[in-house]
Amino acid sequence: MEEYQEQEYEFLRRLEEEKVGRKTLLKRGLVAGAGLTVMSLSPAALASRKKALADPPTIGRLAKLSDIVAAAKKEGKLNTIALPPDWANYGEIMSTFQAKYGIKITNDNPNGSSSEENAAIVALKGDPRAPDVVDVNPTFAVDGATKSLYAKYYTTNFRKVPRAMKDGRGFWVGDYWGAVSIGVSKSTVSNVPKTFADLLKPEYKGKVALNGSPLTSGSGRAGVVAAAIANGGSLGNTAPGIDWFAKLKAAGNWVPVPATPQTVASGQTPIVIDWDYLNLAYTKEFPSVKWVTNIPVDGVYGAHYAQAVNADAPHPWAARLWQEFLYSDQGQLLFLKGFSHPALFTDMVARKVVPNALIKALPDASLYAKVRFQSVKQGNDTKTVIKEQWPAKMGS
Amino acid sequence: MPGRRRRRSLAWLGVLPFFAYTTLFLILPSAQVMIGAFKGEAGGYTFGNIVDIVQTPNIRHAYRQSIEISLVTALAGGLLGLLIAYAAIREGTPRWIRSAFTTFSGVAANFGGIPLAFAFIATLGTVGIVTQFLTNVFGIDIYANGFSLFTKTGVELAYLYFQIPLMFLVIAPAVDGLRTEWREASANLGSSSFQYWWHIGLPVLFPSLLGAVILLFGNAFAAYATAYGLTASGLNLVPILIGADLRGNVYANPHEGQALAFGMFAVLAGMMLLYVPLQRRASRWAR
Repeated sequence: MEEYQEQEYEFLRRLEEEKVGRKTLLKRGLVAGAGLTVMSLSPAALASRKKALADPPTIGRLAKLSDIVAAAKKEGKLNTIALPPDWANYGEIMSTFQAKYGIKITNDNPNGSSSEENAAIVALKGDPRAPDVVDVNPTFAVDGATKSLYAKYYTTNFRKVPRAMKDGRGFWVGDYWGAVSIGVSKSTVSNVPKTFADLLKPEYKGKVALNGSPLTSGSGRAGVVAAAIANGGSLGNTAPGIDWFAKLKAAGNWVPVPATPQTVASGQTPIVIDWDYLNLAYTKEFPSVKWVTNIPVDGVYGAHYAQAVNADAPHPWAARLWQEFLYSDQGQLLFLKGFSHPALFTDMVARKVVPNALIKALPDASLYAKVRFQSVKQGNDTKTVIKEQWPAKMGS
Repeated sequence: MPGRRRRRSLAWLGVLPFFAYTTLFLILPSAQVMIGAFKGEAGGYTFGNIVDIVQTPNIRHAYRQSIEISLVTALAGGLLGLLIAYAAIREGTPRWIRSAFTTFSGVAANFGGIPLAFAFIATLGTVGIVTQFLTNVFGIDIYANGFSLFTKTGVELAYLYFQIPLMFLVIAPAVDGLRTEWREASANLGSSSFQYWWHIGLPVLFPSLLGAVILLFGNAFAAYATAYGLTASGLNLVPILIGADLRGNVYANPHEGQALAFGMFAVLAGMMLLYVPLQRRASRWAR
């Protein structure tokens, strides 16, 4: 953790320096620009200056929020994609945004995947139905940035987002994170397993499920990484996680059926390895199954999602307003209400703006202190290992 | 004759929507898959994707498994569907039974995907109604006795739910074509029931049976959501691998997905190559 904080301070310091540099530059640029304009008052130069004013901003801090709001309202619409209403409280986040700004959100393909989000940007280029903003896995965010799918946008609070959660070039920024947890139905399972080691016990025969296949689901993949950490692997060495699942399967404890709200409510998947924010949401949603959520101390692993703005967004101002809203205290607290850790969590706790009830709804903070994210390279290595080994060891 | 010419051009217009439709939704997408299968991740054309498919043991295993499940459910579904169709249609069965079966089959043959998977979980899952009923009333715990819905057998069982009704719908008209007179005539000539079926019933039905079983094979071969809903990645099937390539949250490898789909085309083309000569031989009675 120390090393991580040090990096964070270092980064903030550099950003501060950069800001000064940028301000000076900007002043110089304005002077030069004015001189140029005076010297050559050609219609072309005027038009280009006007266009520069009309273009949506790249740095939120330097733009006026009221300008963004006004321009976004004029667009009147926002296209989102793949935001499930019961995921990280997105339902309430979207309805709050719509009510606050009177901008209508069209949420396409609510159960889509990161890959489909990036594909939609490519396929719908120039189409008014194209997604304005996406919420993708970090590996897909990196991929999308490399393929120039996103516009640079530094939200006003970009500086406060932990360094491990953002792209220095401003193409994407992490919005919320979660940790792998074990959710258990106390109405079916009397002896609640709390660690990966517990899950191998014979009493859990036919009971342990993942949210989805690690080949397709980000949560399933995270379960493999956490299991690796619990069994001699690490963030960069996730093969032991697959071996652990093979052991779970050999013990007869694994249920291959992907856990959904339906399988949780019906009791088909009484033990689910899944994101903490999804497991915690089940407790409230299905009181009858008596769902309890633990962070496994032997395999603490977390991952974040990332926001990005489509480079060809049909509603570029609304897209930026959405970013500003998500990274405002209001937006961030809405994520927290959905049991995920918003990007500005630490900052908000320090500023004492987080209601106690929201913090109390989460497992103990000390468990989260150990959470680490994968680097891009580690993420890609995991991808390769899962693709090669999971079907061979887990597919019958 | 001007009148005749006009009629001909109208007829041509009539099939235009059909060709436009098949071009847009069948030919163009298939062409895209076939071209994409030979494109590399970085652009340019390559045989790499196809070579990977042939060389990767996982993928070979997935094809074997997909073909096996499709064959088993096509043959079992075909046999059961045929028997049910014959029972429902034969002389002496009340007319309403047939229409009830037809209506039900029309619905069930189109029931699939996640809803079907969940319906099976709710009935035959570990806490499903039927599972619980058997445990509580008869003391038989099917899961303790080796059954599991989340295995190959479970998936085959779920597939049969739409395969049998589909077979019923497809084969019913052919069964209808078996004239009562043939049966009576063969009985008059002293043939047994077996002889009637072996020499008359089956040879007449055979071309339709063959076509129907191929259709069932393709139907199961391409099914995706039902298998995913039951086993996620616990069962290695080609459509599931394609799903991971195209719509994943973990990795995206569209060209490998397209190459896998190309492989599926090849398997189906192989089936057709077997089908055509068999069909020609079998349908000599229809001439």
